Amino acid sequence: MVHLSTLTREGLKTDIPMFAPGDTIKVMVRVREGEKERLQAFEGVCLARRGGGIDETFTVRKISASVGVERIFPLHSPSIATIELVRRGRVRRAKLYYLRKLSGKGARIREKREQTTE
Amino acid sequence: MTAGLIGRKVGMTRVFIDDGSSVPVTVIEAGPCRVLQVREGGVQLGFGEKRAQRTLKAELGHAKAAGLTTAPSVVRTFDVNGESPKQGDTVTVGIFAAGDWVKVTGQSKGRGFQGVVHRYGSGGGPGSHGNTRHRKPGSIGAGTDPSRVIKGKRMPGHMGDRRHTELGLKVVRVDADRNLLFVRGAIPGAKNGIVTVAKQGGRSRHD
Repeated sequence: MVHLSTLTREGLKTDIPMFAPGDTIKVMVRVREGEKERLQAFEGVCLARRGGGIDETFTVRKISASVGVERIFPLHSPSIATIELVRRGRVRRAKLYYLRKLSGKGARIREKREQTTE
Repeated sequence: MTAGLIGRKVGMTRVFIDDGSSVPVTVIEAGPCRVLQVREGGVQLGFGEKRAQRTLKAELGHAKAAGLTTAPSVVRTFDVNGESPKQGDTVTVGIFAAGDWVKVTGQSKGRGFQGVVHRYGSGGGPGSHGNTRHRKPGSIGAGTDPSRVIKGKRMPGHMGDRRHTELGLKVVRVDADRNLLFVRGAIPGAKNGIVTVAKQGGRSRHD
């Protein structure tokens, strides 16, 4: 008997970096314009990760032209070329939705210092 | 071959197609189904295995005639599509290809005794402002004339656990090695429920 969990595991990506809410990440998105395909960067703070397996998604928020923009990406979507970890953030929550109400200095996130010896 | 075959609902997930978009799919483990009998205008298929102590001798004999050693747990009859198969042949998911339109029949999940809001999608009444017809059906017809309730009037009662056919579903992917069908959208019944998948001429009027 085939089980769903074994089935969906096949579509999972293996090259995803470790990133968590609070981290600043750069998502390279494949954009198709007519026949051409190019990469577009979306860089911002990861607000949340939700779901599991092939259904996992993550939310990225950035301030574009002083307007807050959020995008929700399916983690295992082929339209995401790469995810790059720009900066680790020290936060105490798994979902950072409170950042939506903050702006400027209040919306800063302290950088996480690695404590483990390299 | 036959127009369809018998399967088991594995569950729902998503697949990503070439342009990067996500498609909700139901996975069906369908077949392989042995042809038990070829009748006039139909072919009888069997699926699964029935335990020996639950099998009647007549059922076993019927299965042995098709070259099986155990009786199938599910038996259904299908239309013939193209050339008729012979008794003892095996029908697999290979009869479908990605892009085909299919209909899936199964026993829907039982919901128990439900009111008109859940069962028929009635809007119900206002929640406040002195109103008390919150989820009640309201009037069920005129008065003196006809002095009765019209047959078929939608009323509360048992919902679900009925045979249902979902039409106009598209096959997204066929995995012949593992006998799997990926069908876009939802199909009736619970996981591990028995369903039949059959070809459909084109899109249905519901699409």
